[in-house]
Amino acid sequence: MTDNPSLLAVENINKSFIGFKALDSVDFTVRGGEIHALLGENGAGKSTLIKVLTGVHQPDSGLIKIDGQAVNVRDTQHAQNLGIGTVYQEVNLLPNMSVADNLFIGRQPMRFGFVNRKLMEQNARKLLAQYDLHLDVASDLSRYSVAVQQLVAIARAVDMSGRVLILDEPTASLDRHETEILFAILRQLRARGFGIVFITHFLDQVYEICDRVTVLRNGKLAGSALTAELPKIELVSLMLGRTLAVATHDTHRDRPAPEIRQFSFKGVGRSRSIAPFDLDIGEGEVVGIAGLLGSGRTETAKVLFGIDAADTGQIHIDGNPVLIRTPQEAISYGFGLCPEDRKSDGIIGDLSVRENICLALQAHMGWFDRLSTKQQVILADKFVKAFDIRTTDIEKPVKFLSGGNQQKVILARWLATNPRLLILDEPTRGIDVGAHAEIIALINQLCDDGMALLVISSEIDEIVAYSSRVVVLRDRSHCGELSGEDIIPSNIMRMIAAEPEGVSA
Amino acid sequence: MSLLNVKVLTKAMPQLLSLLLILFLNYLAFPGFFDIRLQDGRLFGSLIDVLNRGAPVIILAIGMTAVIASRGVDLSVGAVMAVSGALAATMTVAGYPLPIVILATLGAGLLCGLWNGILVAYFDLQPIVATLILMVAGRGIAQLITEGSIVTFNEPSLIFFGTGSFAGIPMPILIAALLLIIAITVVRRTALGLLIESIGINRSASSYAGLNSKLLLLVIYAFCGFCAALAGIIIAADIRGADANNAGLWLELDAILAVVVGGTSLFGGRFSILMSALGAIIIQAMNTGILLSGFPPEYNLILKALVIIVILLSQSFSSAGGWTFIKAEFLSKGRKRH
Repeated sequence: MTDNPSLLAVENINKSFIGFKALDSVDFTVRGGEIHALLGENGAGKSTLIKVLTGVHQPDSGLIKIDGQAVNVRDTQHAQNLGIGTVYQEVNLLPNMSVADNLFIGRQPMRFGFVNRKLMEQNARKLLAQYDLHLDVASDLSRYSVAVQQLVAIARAVDMSGRVLILDEPTASLDRHETEILFAILRQLRARGFGIVFITHFLDQVYEICDRVTVLRNGKLAGSALTAELPKIELVSLMLGRTLAVATHDTHRDRPAPEIRQFSFKGVGRSRSIAPFDLDIGEGEVVGIAGLLGSGRTETAKVLFGIDAADTGQIHIDGNPVLIRTPQEAISYGFGLCPEDRKSDGIIGDLSVRENICLALQAHMGWFDRLSTKQQVILADKFVKAFDIRTTDIEKPVKFLSGGNQQKVILARWLATNPRLLILDEPTRGIDVGAHAEIIALINQLCDDGMALLVISSEIDEIVAYSSRVVVLRDRSHCGELSGEDIIPSNIMRMIAAEPEGVSA
Repeated sequence: MSLLNVKVLTKAMPQLLSLLLILFLNYLAFPGFFDIRLQDGRLFGSLIDVLNRGAPVIILAIGMTAVIASRGVDLSVGAVMAVSGALAATMTVAGYPLPIVILATLGAGLLCGLWNGILVAYFDLQPIVATLILMVAGRGIAQLITEGSIVTFNEPSLIFFGTGSFAGIPMPILIAALLLIIAITVVRRTALGLLIESIGINRSASSYAGLNSKLLLLVIYAFCGFCAALAGIIIAADIRGADANNAGLWLELDAILAVVVGGTSLFGGRFSILMSALGAIIIQAMNTGILLSGFPPEYNLILKALVIIVILLSQSFSSAGGWTFIKAEFLSKGRKRH
């Protein structure tokens, strides 16, 4: 099947957004009769590539070819006419309309200027029967499960385009059984000669159903290979951008393990978010959290900090049982969290650098005990100097600062509260090299000063550089822990790639 | 500090200039506009009248500013005024003593605000929808209280709130000024101002920083309801009666307008209660001016729209750095000439 001629190909595609190269000379080919996995961490360029293919964005340069013919995809409508159908992660259907309406909206069969419902429902039944779906097509789509809605979306996309099908994380909200049904249909479509692009974060599913894999990293093509010829460990190294050969641990800093671990989480978890896990952190150590996107990294942070409160497990601090149901409670026990999504969960864009730095401390002090402007200025000045936050003055709205400086402002916001346990979720994402090094140095220094740190990162080198222990996550559960001499990139990658029991690649 | 004041003054320039212009036009239309005289121990004059008539909207605008700064809106304030007016009138007619009437009425306003706050903060309804419920239901409640008729009263102690005066100053102005001072002091002397702006700009990030944004929203809406009840008492006392259908009708829009004219963005964030009050005074100065000038009142709405467009355009012009741009252009041209 891999010898089939290419159905859809992009050659040397470039796409830049303001000051940021989203796609850098990317090649990508989908053949008829194959399921092609498109992988990459957040910001690797997957969505941009899909948007270029479906006409949402116009490429800056490069070719898109269908059946070897160069085409210019003008807009999404045009992409559909060219035979490229897309099903997005959030199903873009109308839940309050009938199944048949959803399948044929915009192209309903008409009679005497009215929609011929009878014919439309007949066609809908015929269409869905191809997928062994026997639904009441006249009833509202919202009556059916997300999985069925997804299948309806696929049926619609296939019926309208009929050549290439792009599925953006179709299994993200499906359970095991529903995923099986979806896969059966994908296999059927593959047999009919479709080229299917399958975007996912679940590596097991890649090996279960995909014929070929393409990996993007930082907007560049990291590699493309037949699934059967690519061991899982190599796939992980493609995604994370390192190979086992260069994996060293000479930057690793050994710290004595703390005698007491003051923060103890036992069986803490939240259903549909993160499986129960045990975690102990002591003051003066950095616990690194490694894992691929979607493995439960951020979910772990949210459960610990009370944003999505845990529904099972016990938390002990200094040996005393405590409850953490809200961020306020977490903060009262000396927690701090620098969130992954700096823009939506971190900075308050229109407020000044000064106000952003003082916010957590002020929130902790309460509504009526106001930090005077003078105190705020002293505090902000101190951190601006200590962290070398580059801003013309502390009254500047924080949204005008660069990503790295914004990250430092949020770090300063938490350090102003004198936290005992600081959780950092991707502290170095999207910031320039200089600020990157400064933040890593800061993590090491805070740890030496006796703070407990939990650092989540997708950069394995980084985790190795500062962690006293490393917890590895896979499929929304904590699957292993490394400490001391074992903290080397190859070990972490092996644990990330390891297959769950009972499933073979 | 003086630098800060200069900054504040520059920012308030469009509003101050508009107010001066409107006052000047009023003077042209009615030469006696600036005359103020003392009669029976109370100040009289068109300027006093502007403030007196504007007091209810100033009071509404104070509460509305906090709501809008939190990235919300309260459409129910007009209806809450009707409810509180109806309650005050009915209880007075039933013979309850004044302090009980006032407390019950303000309490009812607080309850209305709490209801809005619960819908917005805890049920995550969009503010415009959540408060629309009470905007509609409130008039029904007011009619239930008055049993469908216009309830009039003749209790001097309650009427005093509408037409009385203290030290020569009419009561509505005194009440509005007092509330203004208290609100500004509380908001800027405590952390509430910063925290309200914070949840208005980015509620998610504020929650991550440990703000109890739900409770804060609840308090904001409750305060707005309280302000509406206060305005409702003044209006009822002024007309010596409660009209469930017409008391406070459309005043929610005037209050929102006052806040926007005052420079607080409907997208939440930075706010100034004082500027909102100034916005309310601008609106009332226009209304009074048109009435005095003898124009048919139909022109009122159109003129109002025009003036508001001018104020809003000049605001976006100066916030986009328009003046700086013009100054720089002018200076560079000037330099070239030399």
